[in-house]
This record gives sequence, structure tokens and C-alpha cells, in this order.
Amino acid sequence: MNLTLYVWRQKNADDKGRMETYAAKNISTHMSFLEMLDVVNEDLIEQGIEPIAFDHDCREGICGMCSLVVNGRPHGPEKATTICQLHMRHFKEGDKIYIEPWRAKAFAVVKDLVVDRSALDRIMAAGGFVSVNTGGVPDGNSIPISKVDADTAMDAAACIGCGACVASCKNASAMLFVAAKVSQFASLPQGKVEASRRVRAMIDQMDVEGFGNCTNFQECEAACPKEISIKFIAKMNREYLKSSVAPSKG
Amino acid sequence: MKLDSKVPSGPLPDKWTKHKFESKLVNPANKRKYSAIVVGSGLAGASAAATLAELGYVVSCFCFQDSPRRAHSIAAQGGINGAKNYQNDGDSVYRLFYDTIKGGDFRGREANTYRLAEVSVNIIDQCVAQGVPFARDYGGLLDNRSFGGAQVSRTFYARGQTGQQLLLGAYSALSRQIGLGTVEMHTRTEMLDLVVVDGRTRGIVVRDLITGKISSHAADAVLLATGGYGNVFYLSTNAKACNVTAAYRAYKKGALFANPCYTQIHPTCIPVAGDYQSKLTLMSESLRNDGRIWVPKKVGDNRAAADIPEAERDYYLERKYPSFGNLAPRDISSRSAKEVCDEGRGVGETKVGVYLDFADAINRLGKNVITERYGNLFDMYERITGEDPYTVPMRIYPASHYTMGGLWVDYNLESTIPGLFVLGEANFSDHGANRLGASALMQGLADGYFVIPYTLGDFYARSKQSGITTDHEAFKKAEQEAIDRQEKFLSINGKRSVDSFHRELGKVMWDYCGMGRNEAGLKKALEMIPPIREEFWQNVKVLGNGDELNQSLEKAGRVADFLEFAEIMCHDALDREESCGAHFREEYQTEEGEAKRNDKKYTYVAAWEYNGVGVKPNLHKEELEFENVELATRSYK
Repeated sequence: MNLTLYVWRQKNADDKGRMETYAAKNISTHMSFLEMLDVVNEDLIEQGIEPIAFDHDCREGICGMCSLVVNGRPHGPEKATTICQLHMRHFKEGDKIYIEPWRAKAFAVVKDLVVDRSALDRIMAAGGFVSVNTGGVPDGNSIPISKVDADTAMDAAACIGCGACVASCKNASAMLFVAAKVSQFASLPQGKVEASRRVRAMIDQMDVEGFGNCTNFQECEAACPKEISIKFIAKMNREYLKSSVAPSKG
Repeated sequence: MKLDSKVPSGPLPDKWTKHKFESKLVNPANKRKYSAIVVGSGLAGASAAATLAELGYVVSCFCFQDSPRRAHSIAAQGGINGAKNYQNDGDSVYRLFYDTIKGGDFRGREANTYRLAEVSVNIIDQCVAQGVPFARDYGGLLDNRSFGGAQVSRTFYARGQTGQQLLLGAYSALSRQIGLGTVEMHTRTEMLDLVVVDGRTRGIVVRDLITGKISSHAADAVLLATGGYGNVFYLSTNAKACNVTAAYRAYKKGALFANPCYTQIHPTCIPVAGDYQSKLTLMSESLRNDGRIWVPKKVGDNRAAADIPEAERDYYLERKYPSFGNLAPRDISSRSAKEVCDEGRGVGETKVGVYLDFADAINRLGKNVITERYGNLFDMYERITGEDPYTVPMRIYPASHYTMGGLWVDYNLESTIPGLFVLGEANFSDHGANRLGASALMQGLADGYFVIPYTLGDFYARSKQSGITTDHEAFKKAEQEAIDRQEKFLSINGKRSVDSFHRELGKVMWDYCGMGRNEAGLKKALEMIPPIREEFWQNVKVLGNGDELNQSLEKAGRVADFLEFAEIMCHDALDREESCGAHFREEYQTEEGEAKRNDKKYTYVAAWEYNGVGVKPNLHKEELEFENVELATRSYK
């Protein structure tokens, strides 16, 4: 099939940027969205036009590197699907496709569709861990953890850190990302020890980075390719409240 | 060059304990005087960087992704082995060791493999303490499953995302150190060269992928944790940016490259759909626990799977290997799939695929149980192929997945260049000629958390600081070479894209140095590769500039190295006139078509020394000594 692409091109962080129009010709329905872009890029190279820069790596929906807003939706139209796992069978002949980068104050555009998400790493460095050094830890089975709690922790831990939650939010809030990590650890005995300190440190850093607040529009959950539930935001808020009431613990 | 493995003397179970005791220590107050560069932030790199920083060393860590959390370890699905024997089913450190040595077809180093099995139990404890949400049973204890090639349940898992959860554990430990200021993290920064002065590693030259700036970094030791070279085949299950450059640059500076022909082809991947294919997707081999693999008995049978009656199906793994059946090791499963497809019994549109059928398991266990076990994998399969594996059997075919070969290291994980250590998939050390499932995660974390912290301390204590800064002319020279090379790529302005060369090379390697190899084919590949390389340097087209984000330029550097490295692989495969593990030379097989080793001649590690581009490298041999296991013929019948 043949498609028309409208793609955000921006030379670097200082450039203003603009939409460019390209034709995507002879696209197979079996291709992934990124393979379609590969084909377009090969075509651009042949024409002497610099290929479109976009982030991607594993192409199996787990590394969290790919980050395109397609037709206004982070990771495109399919539910629970990263853009690298979206296949062209979901489009039809003659479709017009708009492709843009994640847009948020905290995510500066680096080039074309590539953005700087290092703010998320800094939130992690502020508190997204259990403070144990290597060695000297107890046997793995010394603390039984109920299956329900372990499963809850895993539901939260499934976050791939792509930032689609931020890109989908009108406030550019990173609450779902932070809540997922806070909830993973708060659900496990290993993480409870410093739960109070963690939630405050991570939220403080989130604010420093310029992410907005949550106003319960739930766009993040709808956009999340791993379907992280916003119930974790509620859990984070509870953790935050607890840490304010009893700040000395942890 | 005499290769000294530095394996400690004494009984196998005591070697590591003895070695740790005999290793010199660095006084706590002196640790901050020693620096380490860690290249790569996957399981091996992140765990090493975090642990070394916890100990008090000065650590800097480099990765080319935008965050250390994105390293390709993240994609591992199935699990991690640990000899905990929590299931009371007869596992032990010795059994895990034995399974790994046997699975590697007796081409691995006993002492390294034993140590791997020994520390496997510590890894599980460490990850649990970090808050890794492993699967648990209703009593609250850790759950296990059995995994490709093992008859005990020793694999720990976190749904189908074990690699992700372990990496996020290591990444969180690393993040903690970054927050404390003890690790200096450089993201979107790619190593371009290794700097060696007076026979010792002094540092690296890197390119900042955003600004294009090329700069030098000096340290007392450099740790490469840069993964494998499976992308030499272009199509593989590796992430798109995985490459051989760091290891290959070290090789060109004098490190030996060991067993490059040991490349694992994973049996359960989604088959290629068309020419535009950019990568192949693995379906965790845990699926083989419940799925049954088959093809039609008849050649050219075009009926839909459901229309083929039971009697006309060939469950070829169950038929050929009754005791292991669908769980036969990866190399055997992969080759068997190739055989049936070569016979014309393949399935799907391209006929290059076999069925992995869950109908029996769904009837026996119910759809809910299958969803609980494999739901996310089934969803992924459906997203990619548009077919529902609950009702239509999956189609799978082998793909390049993991490389057992890598830079040669001794028992301390030190390469032949003093001060250069190699961890994880990037080294050759623990898996012999074939890796068992759920052992890659184990090795990455073993090396990073529990081996290098000891052996690096010993190196520092014995060799003292490097004393050479980035002002040294060797750094300036390496920087200039990197700049010149980049300018060259940008100035060729030919007609073909970088990817087109990569695809061309990949096809040659897959056809002649892939699942099956023979002398004529390998010689042919060695004739075909140089012209591709020559054309690349005359006709590649890299647009844009060097002083900005330029993904074509990044790829050009990686593909240029693959174009040289591919020849070493072929030389190694040609030289090893036997079949062992994942290396299958068609001339050397039993009457039943199984790999036929030649223990008299080839019980050695082939370590290759750089001898110039396009010139056959020099072979050095590390004879493998088996003091504890008997070299048996692998039998999975």
C-alpha cells in the first residue's frame, strides 16, 4: 500500500522544527511501523535527503527506546503496543500518518523524533532502588511474600520507562512512571524499609525536572504500552501521605 | 604467546574459595585511588559498575543507549538458573556445572563453569534483596520452572520478562551509585577505540552521539561488558544497535578473540516475513515446555494445520529424542528445524518455519493455565503475525541469538592485554560451544556482582595505578584516528546505504557460516566478504555531519567492523574440523546426523590474534583439561 507521512524534522535542540511530507511507497502489511520508516529512510538516502532520526533498539517492545507520537497518540493507535510492535496491517491504502516526537517540557527534542529522557533516570537515581550492597543478603526464600503482593509488584515493575505516560498527559506529568516504581517497592517487604524516604525523594526530583502534576485524566494509562494501572498513582499518593504523617519511618 | 588460564590448583569445588583468599586486597582507604571504566550497562556492566562503586573504587560507565536501563539484557524472557534446589528435585551446584559443561559439548573451561554454578545461588538472593519481583507460589516462596536442556526445575523467572526485571534490579543498584556520585554515567556515548600503552590498557576513546565530540577517558582498568556479535548475521534477535565494535577494537589492539565460530541459533523465533525484515523476534523457549513441535510428514503439504490429521504429522523432536523431546538443547532443536525445512516439509507462506502447537496443552491444562504461563508471549506473537496462537499453531524458525565466542579471558576475566577485563556475553568463558537456556542472565550477573569485584581488586593491588593521563600521545593518536575514520565515512558519498551492506554481509554469513557449515561454503564466504568490504569503503553513502546526532554514521562504524570481523568467524569455523555444540560442520556428523566431536584434536579454545585486515589471524590454543568430567558423547535421546 501507499501512504503519506507527515514527519517532524528538527535539526537539533536549537532549531525550531517543522513538519515535512514524505511518500511511503509499496508498504507491506506485514511490516512493523519502524520497518516502514526504514524503507522510507532508505528512499530518502537515495534521494540525498538525511534520513529521519528516531530512537529504537530491541524492536520487541521491551527496551522502551522507541518513542513516536503517531496520529496524536504516543505509540500509535493500538492498545498495549509499543510503536516498534505496531504492524502496518492496522493501516490502509492512502492513509495519512502524522509522526511527532514525545512533547514535554522535561523532554527536550534532540533531533527529529529523538528526545532527551534523562530526567527519568535522575528520578530513579534519587530513590528508585532498595539500598542494598552486593553480598551479605539473606537467602531468597527467607522472607515469604504472598503471591498477591508479588504479582502486584510485578504489575508495577512491568514499566519500560518509555515516557509515553508523559507524552500523553496534558500536564506532561510523570506520575505514572514514578508511581510504578514506588508501588513495586512499597508492595514488597524488601522495599518497605525505606518506602517513606523513597517516595519523597522521587517526587521531589520529579518536580525539579519540570514534570506537571496529575489531574486524573487517565490518558497515561490509556497510552501505556504495558498497561500500568493508575491505581498505582493512588498508591503513591497514599505512600506520600503516609510519609508526611510519619516522616521518621524509613 | 602462551595462554595462561590462571585456573587455581586444587579440587574443583574449592578453587574459587581458595582463589578469593589468595587474591590481594586493596585497603579500604586506597580504593578511591583506583579507577575503572565500564563499557556497557547491561547485566554484566551495570552490576559490575554498581558493585565496584559500592566497594569504593572510582567508576565511570558508558552506554550508547539513552539510558542504562535499555541494554539488550532487558529482552531476555525465560529466566535465570540458580542451583538452589528449592524444588527438592535433585539439583546441586555440581549438577548445574555438569549440565552446563555437557550442554556446551565439552568445549568450556571446567573451573569457570563451576564458579558460575557456585555463585548462581548468590545471584538469586541478591536480586530478591533488590526487590526483583520473581514469580512466587501461594506459600509465598519462589517458584521455579524447568528450561531448555535441564531435567530439574532450577529456573527463576518474572513472568516472561526476567531479563527486564534483573536488568532493572542492576540498573537500580547502578542508579543508586549515580545518585551518590560514585559512578559517573555517560549515556549516548559509544566506545570507538581502546588505548594501550606499554602493553597495558590505559583507557578508551569515545564519541558523544549527541554532539559528535570525540574524547578520551583514562583509567587504571577497562571492563568491556559490550555483549555479543550476533548481528553479524544482520537478522538476529539482538537489538538493532548491538555490535562487535568494542570487542573488535580491543582485538585489533592485541586482545585475542576466542571461538568466534560458536554462535547460537535459537530454535524458537518468529520466521522471516519479507525482505524488509529488520530483526527477528524470539519467542521464549519456555514455550517448549508445553508446546509440541511438528511439521507435516509429507513434502509440500499445503493444507492448513488443522486439516492435517494426527497420523500425518511428524513430531520430529519427540520422535528423534524421546527422553528430552521438545526440550532438546537449542543447537539440536535448531538444526532439526532446518533439516525438515530443507526437506521441503516447512510450514507457512515461505515454507521456512515449523509448528509449535499448544492444542494438546490447552486441552490438558485449560486455556487459563496457558494464559497464565505464556499470555504475554501469545499476545506478542499475535501482534507480530496477526495469527491467534490459541487457535492456530505458532510458526517458529531458528535465528541468531547469542554468541558463546568472545574475547579470550583467563580465570580472572582478564584478557591478553593487562588491565582489560571482559564480562558477560562479550567474553568466551563459561558456555563452551553452546549455551543452555537461562544461563546468559546468570553469567552476566555472576561476572559483575561476584567475580570481577574480587579479581579486579587483585589486579589493582598487584599492578598499581596506570599513571597515564589522556594527555599522553597515544590518546591523541587514537582520537585522531577516530576522527579521520569518521571523516572518511562522510566523504565517500557513494550510492549504497549502510544497511544494504549489512544485509549483504548478513546473508553471506547466514548461508555459509550459520546453522550448518562446510569447507566449500566457508571458503566461498571468505572469498565473498572482502569485495563487500572493499565496495563499502568506496560506495557507502553516509549523509549529514559528524558534529551532531547521526545514526547512519554510527551504523557505518559498526558495520565496517563487522565486515572485518566476519572473516575471523569463517576462519575459526573452517579451522575447527569437527562439529561441537552450536558449531556444526556438515562433514563431521554421525550416521544419525548428530554433531561429531573430535576430542583428540580439538579439545582446545581457539584464540585468534589480529594479523591485519583481510589476513588470516594467528591461532593460539588453550588446551582444555577435564579433571572432573568425562568427555561423553552428548545424547539427548
